[in-house]
Amino acid sequence: MTPLLQVRDLAKFYGSRRGCEGVSFDLYPGEVMGIVGESGSGKSTLLSCLAGHLPPDRGEVIFDTHGHGPRDTLTMSEPERRMLMRTDWAFVHQHARDGLRMGVSAGGNVGERMMAVGARHYGDIRAQAIDWLGRVEIAADRVDDKPQAFSGGMQQRLQIARNLVTGPRLVFMDEPTGGLDVSVQARLLDLLRGLVREMGLSAIIVTHDLAVVRLLADRLMVMKDGRVVEDGLTDQVLDDPQHGYTQLLVSSVLQV
Amino acid sequence: MIEIDSLSKSFTLHNQGGAIIPVMVGAHLNAAPGECVALTGSSGAGKSTLMRMIYGNYRANTGRIMVGDTDVARATPREIIQLRRHTLGYVSQFLRVVPRVPTRDVVAEPLLILGTPPDVALDRAEALLARLNIPGRLWSLSPTTFSGGEQQRVNIARGFAHDFPALLLDEPTASLDATNREVVLTLIEEAKARGAAIIGIFHDEAARARVCDREVDVATFTPARAA
Repeated sequence: MTPLLQVRDLAKFYGSRRGCEGVSFDLYPGEVMGIVGESGSGKSTLLSCLAGHLPPDRGEVIFDTHGHGPRDTLTMSEPERRMLMRTDWAFVHQHARDGLRMGVSAGGNVGERMMAVGARHYGDIRAQAIDWLGRVEIAADRVDDKPQAFSGGMQQRLQIARNLVTGPRLVFMDEPTGGLDVSVQARLLDLLRGLVREMGLSAIIVTHDLAVVRLLADRLMVMKDGRVVEDGLTDQVLDDPQHGYTQLLVSSVLQV
Repeated sequence: MIEIDSLSKSFTLHNQGGAIIPVMVGAHLNAAPGECVALTGSSGAGKSTLMRMIYGNYRANTGRIMVGDTDVARATPREIIQLRRHTLGYVSQFLRVVPRVPTRDVVAEPLLILGTPPDVALDRAEALLARLNIPGRLWSLSPTTFSGGEQQRVNIARGFAHDFPALLLDEPTASLDATNREVVLTLIEEAKARGAAIIGIFHDEAARARVCDREVDVATFTPARAA
């Protein structure tokens, strides 16, 4: 099986300071990979480089495209990369307002992404938008409300609907449950797990919450000072950490 | 089905002066299809450690852990994920689930992951829950609020939802009453009859005598402790 994403020796520097360096991995269809590490460990820089939001200084990010097989997304043309971001890729921001159009209705937020890939029939777009709002548990009678009128958890679910409506194959998530209260987090985690299973999605999730990765991610990478210090099966890395930093990270979690 | 050979394991505690704690040396055992092997030994002998190594939860330092055609000691994460989905089941002592997910869905999940149609998976889940005497009114609730014994039965239902060719059971009858203990022992006997290879920890000696074909004393794999 061809990996969906192959990352080779990726590096990004801010001046002389290392953002991330020497990152390589393969991600296969249907796999969910978590990236953990403390603030400043380079995990968000890495995610931005992978998702094409930030140009890395070195390395390859090879995606198995629909039409043309594995292609390095860093060397493809700007229009090609933009198309990829609208179709096969999705990005869920930590703050829903960064991923939503706050002045547009909930239905419009979902419909807009469909129109970006060529949907034109208003009735179809509205019907599919309502279907997706239902899947993320937003009632159909809220379709014409703007996201400002939604709670934080609802905004996050709306952002997920907007991202997944076009049936992407790879989703990047930056702290998707950060800033939400724990009961909302649990519901969002269950939603994400169900969508990953039903749609066969692959996902890369950056978080500092070890409980979130344990429940959501098959595999885990641990970052420190811009480098990957340990990676493996999620429960193996958490239950039998090999690197001193991972041992410290795991033993620092408060038990409830 | 499960073949273990020359297995050793130590923990290195980097934040406690780099202390190296050897916990297992030269472990070997095997379990054929239809066979149930009990791990015995006093508390701390390494029964759970060995189970976790077979499941790929703990890393092996040396040796081989063959489950079907996969060597867990050397397999990539992706191979272990596939092994756990299709071949190797594990009933641990503790239930670990996403909060707020209904019990019925928790039990059906291993089948849903394999692509079983939802109605078939849920029927199977409900049949197991009913067999294990979890009242129907609880099926739509999250098991996180259940009693210890109920959680354990949910865990067992989940572990037996898919007919795994190899099963690891960590004290499956520990907190059960006589009726439910009987149900679980029958489930184990049925799994053996369909050809599952089982490795289990049973403190319940009568249960062990009834379902297990052999015993392996894990203490013989425990390294001599330096004074």
